Amino acid sequence: MPDALFLWILTLAALGLFGRRVYRYVKVLAGARPEKRWDHLGRRFRMAMVDVLGQRRLMEAPVIGIAHFLIFWAFVFFATSFFWNLARGLFPFLPIPSADEVRWMRLALEGFGVIGLLALAVAAVRRYFFPPERLEKSRDATIILSLIAVVLISSLLGQWFGWRAMRSVHMVTVLGFLAYLPYSKHLHLLASPFGVFFGSLQPGSVPAPSPGAESPGASTREEFTWRQLFSGLACAECGRCDRACPSFQSGFALSPKMLMHHMKELVRGGSNGLDGGRFVGDVVKREEIWACTTCLACMARCPVRNEHVPVLLEMRRRLVGEGDMDKSLQEAFKNLNRYGNSFGAQPRARPKWTQELDFRIKDARKEEVQYLWFVGDYASYDPRVNAATRASARVFHKAGLDFGILYESEQNSGNDVRLAGEDGLYESLQEKNLKALGKARFREIITTDPHGFQVLKHEYPAANGSRLVRHHTQLLSDLLLEGKLPLKKKLKMAVTYHDPCYLGRYNGIFSAPRRVMAALGLRLVEMPRNRTYSYCCGAGGGRIWMEDPPVFRERPAVSRVHEAAVLSNVRTLVVVCPKDLVMFQDALKTAGLEDRLQVTELSELVEQAMG
Amino acid sequence: MTGNVSVLAEHWRGRISEATFETLALGREVADQLGVPLTAILTGWNSRHLAQALGVADAVIYIDHPLLAEVIPQVSAEALVQVLEKARPRVLMVPLTNISLAISTFVGTRLGVPVVNFCKDVRVVNGRLDACCVLYGGKIEATVETGEPSGPQPAILGIWPGARPAEKGRVERTVPVTDRAVVLEDTRGIQLTKYIEPEAGDVDLTKEDVLVAVGRGIQDKANLGLAEELAKTLGGVVCGSRPVIDQGWLPLSRQVGKSGLTVKPKLYVALGISGAPEHVEGMKDSGLIVAVNSDPRAPIFHVAHYGIVGDVLETLPVLTEAVGARKAATHHA
Amino acid sequence: MHILVLLKMVPDVVEELEIAADGRALDLEYLRMILSESDDHALEQALLLKEKYGGKVTVLALDAPEVDDALFTAAAKGADRVMKIAGQDAGFTTRQAARILSLVIADEPGVMPVDLILTGVQAIDDLDGLVAPLVADDLNMPYLGIITGVALDVSAGTARAVKEYPAGVRGEFQIRLPAVLGIQAAEKPPRYVPVAKIRMAMKSIKIEGVEVPTLADGGWPLVNVLEMKRNEPAGHAEMLEGSAGEVSSRLCGILAERGLF
Repeated sequence: MPDALFLWILTLAALGLFGRRVYRYVKVLAGARPEKRWDHLGRRFRMAMVDVLGQRRLMEAPVIGIAHFLIFWAFVFFATSFFWNLARGLFPFLPIPSADEVRWMRLALEGFGVIGLLALAVAAVRRYFFPPERLEKSRDATIILSLIAVVLISSLLGQWFGWRAMRSVHMVTVLGFLAYLPYSKHLHLLASPFGVFFGSLQPGSVPAPSPGAESPGASTREEFTWRQLFSGLACAECGRCDRACPSFQSGFALSPKMLMHHMKELVRGGSNGLDGGRFVGDVVKREEIWACTTCLACMARCPVRNEHVPVLLEMRRRLVGEGDMDKSLQEAFKNLNRYGNSFGAQPRARPKWTQELDFRIKDARKEEVQYLWFVGDYASYDPRVNAATRASARVFHKAGLDFGILYESEQNSGNDVRLAGEDGLYESLQEKNLKALGKARFREIITTDPHGFQVLKHEYPAANGSRLVRHHTQLLSDLLLEGKLPLKKKLKMAVTYHDPCYLGRYNGIFSAPRRVMAALGLRLVEMPRNRTYSYCCGAGGGRIWMEDPPVFRERPAVSRVHEAAVLSNVRTLVVVCPKDLVMFQDALKTAGLEDRLQVTELSELVEQAMG
Repeated sequence: MTGNVSVLAEHWRGRISEATFETLALGREVADQLGVPLTAILTGWNSRHLAQALGVADAVIYIDHPLLAEVIPQVSAEALVQVLEKARPRVLMVPLTNISLAISTFVGTRLGVPVVNFCKDVRVVNGRLDACCVLYGGKIEATVETGEPSGPQPAILGIWPGARPAEKGRVERTVPVTDRAVVLEDTRGIQLTKYIEPEAGDVDLTKEDVLVAVGRGIQDKANLGLAEELAKTLGGVVCGSRPVIDQGWLPLSRQVGKSGLTVKPKLYVALGISGAPEHVEGMKDSGLIVAVNSDPRAPIFHVAHYGIVGDVLETLPVLTEAVGARKAATHHA
Repeated sequence: MHILVLLKMVPDVVEELEIAADGRALDLEYLRMILSESDDHALEQALLLKEKYGGKVTVLALDAPEVDDALFTAAAKGADRVMKIAGQDAGFTTRQAARILSLVIADEPGVMPVDLILTGVQAIDDLDGLVAPLVADDLNMPYLGIITGVALDVSAGTARAVKEYPAGVRGEFQIRLPAVLGIQAAEKPPRYVPVAKIRMAMKSIKIEGVEVPTLADGGWPLVNVLEMKRNEPAGHAEMLEGSAGEVSSRLCGILAERGLF
């Protein structure tokens, strides 16, 4: 049989298998809920350049990062040469040389072949001898590794020794690889560039609930958005998400990687996944769905930009729609709906914390102010946080800021309500807050609560014509830069700092608090898990309102205080979020570290330095 | 009978209830103040012998009927109405318990007389009666005037458990017992088919000397361990109010209150318990009651001997440690 | 199977209760009303029975502040019909309210026939009587109270109800329908209905209004409240002041004195 004909048959077979599978995936995605990801094309393109061509996220672990970078570029090269040779093989009358007949191409192929094999060896050694936790050691992965090795080796052998048979081996292997691709985890080769391109431009953004839906959220294939389903297809099963996830690390049921696996099965298997049970509840268990703290560590690490949190949120919406949740969460929702706070405390008691101040805070509902301070539930009602809240008030007062609060009219901002899946309640709280804000006159909103900050800045429509929202660390940092915050002394002590999820990963605010601490004269000793790698305290996503299942490993907050406690000479853990304050104080008690470490809100230190 | 003070005596499983003795004690006081006799009314089937325990009264009326073997409110009320209609007392006091609940309402509506619930005290003022009632979960005290000499009789008062110490109403004395017959047709289609006994728990709360009770203020099942630590250090066990049992944090055998157990330990530590009447009913006779609650207005402080206003979760471990240290010191002394 | 649920709004005790100027009633200014807890359980029990045996659930309440919220929530939870008796200018005592409810149940077209009437066994403001027994007598139906479980035998026209006795004991009763039950607790805790559903109910469901019937004069004597005051804790517990450490050692001293160590 002439070469060309053989090649044609193989190629068509491979393309057919490949195409059939891909077509099916595309059809499923097309039948899913729409989600707009065509905006800001320029920005998306740049993002893809850096993340795909530069393999940015993989570089966080340099050894495998470089190895993968080399394998990636080797692949690009070999793919190019393959298609080049394929074209030549299928259309022998084309007057082009084959790839290895062009000198620079041959050299590049040899070079990348050798480097590629070395990188592959590194990857294999890591996978089989020093696997990081949660790396999926599947048969699929072994097959892929072997195929790539064969591709590279056959190419090299073919070039160095001129063995024509090797060329056939090479071609057949590559075609086989192509056909196998959409059935394996290496679909990520195809999917990830699109995943990155269509990735989320704002961390933590979630699609709005479908209006008037009989059954909110998602449980079947058609109810998730195409981007959410796509995450399942793009997953390379690397396990970075699991390694980052505080819930998973504590021993909660949730594994972000398994979640993506379930999504993949959902796309492959039909409306409810392969097992036939309901996706929400049977395939993905309730404990998994509720275990997420929405800290975004998984999404910040994922090299293919998968969207674990929006998937969980859609499932939470479905459960909430059915009234399916534990009693404490139910109680919290009831209290939030009725009293505007999760404690079930009377609204009149919200401003009680101000009584111990020796000055009066302006009532922003009645008097015009420059800064409207949105205080937050925990800061107002929890006696453990009140001291910090008062410190913030005194700092603002001493700095001569024209600020006021909404007193009893303030309601919970709704951030965690929204992420717990109760959109109706969130809208109700937002409405009430907007009503109060609408009546007040102010230039900007400041808040000491990162959770409130997130939703006030990104989800609330401009209140009172103002779009300006700042967290108090940003305000303090700016005031210091402008020389408007008079400090009398330097606090010469070593501290460590916990980046709260909602300032850090959600909003990229890392420098402002550090500038403030530096200005105070503090010597900051960073914990190993800092900035984007900060380890969540475990309170977010409504988890602080839910019952904790018994766990067999350290809870997130306990793990975090241990991390702080081992830093020599550091006796203070600085926080800038009321929930962090509460969680870490409790964790110190649980871990018996109260003598070793104390948790302090930044405002308290600023107050000390102001004299 | 006419113009006197009558008390409905209730019995359960062959014994006169504690609430009855409390009500009799109150009835005795009011009867003495009004200068009229105190009559106890006992209903049942073959239960005449129980009248012996009602010695604090001046007379007992016993109504015997097979349909009164189990208390069915409408049937009991029918019997009472037949007996009281012609010879109306000045006051009828009915204990407000799981057994007799609703009887006061039925008798009141059938005789067309006033009913006052939640009474924890009754005073005679200028010849009429002032009932002091606790409303709104124990937060409000209302004084209601009723029982005018010229007004409708009897004034029916639902007496809340704890109005008087049961001791004062417990007198073993032979009193004249009058039998009264009534005509009862049927139980209106209501029939007791069986009793469901509670599962035997690992502890019998009624036998413990020290109880550490937790309420909603403990916030989370995970915090139970703190309470258990304190209980262990004090040599007692943990129990709970109804909300805690309803949440599943403790089994039914650990419930103290109206539908749970009535306990009288030497020491009762109430943690994060608001003190709603239903719970207080079950522990008010404890020797020493110490309450910890973050709300200074919590009704529990009415029944407690010592109160601490504070955060339960913060106070608990400190208290446990102090008790442990003190105990160790005491033992070594 | 037609189940009727009677709901009542009571003062919300989470809010601090104030006394009105005349010292004889609650100050209404800061007062918020909330659905009586055991009525919420009665509604839940009715919905559970509907899920199990089919039929309809009708909810009936007297007008009061925030009663619309409770009725829309009931509709969102699955009640088929929600009705409100309105048009009065003063508050009613429990006894008056019960009589009004009975008149409406008996006379309002389309309410009867009813197989089962469920309502809470007791509310925190039932000063002059309980609703369930009053309605039962007015409508000449059997009554049982402090109920924590209900099952139906639709063909036989009976219900099996579990009633609570002291010390954790429960009694199972057979009761002939139609009957009135005073619910202590539903078999499951009251379900959660998302706010979005309640808001949808507010747009799509209509609360049927019933004109309040005039009560015959007299008929029964009312209770006269002389005085109302806040139940201050002063006078019973000796309060221990100070930090956790200070009160703990003081308490240890007291316990030692009492020989409890």
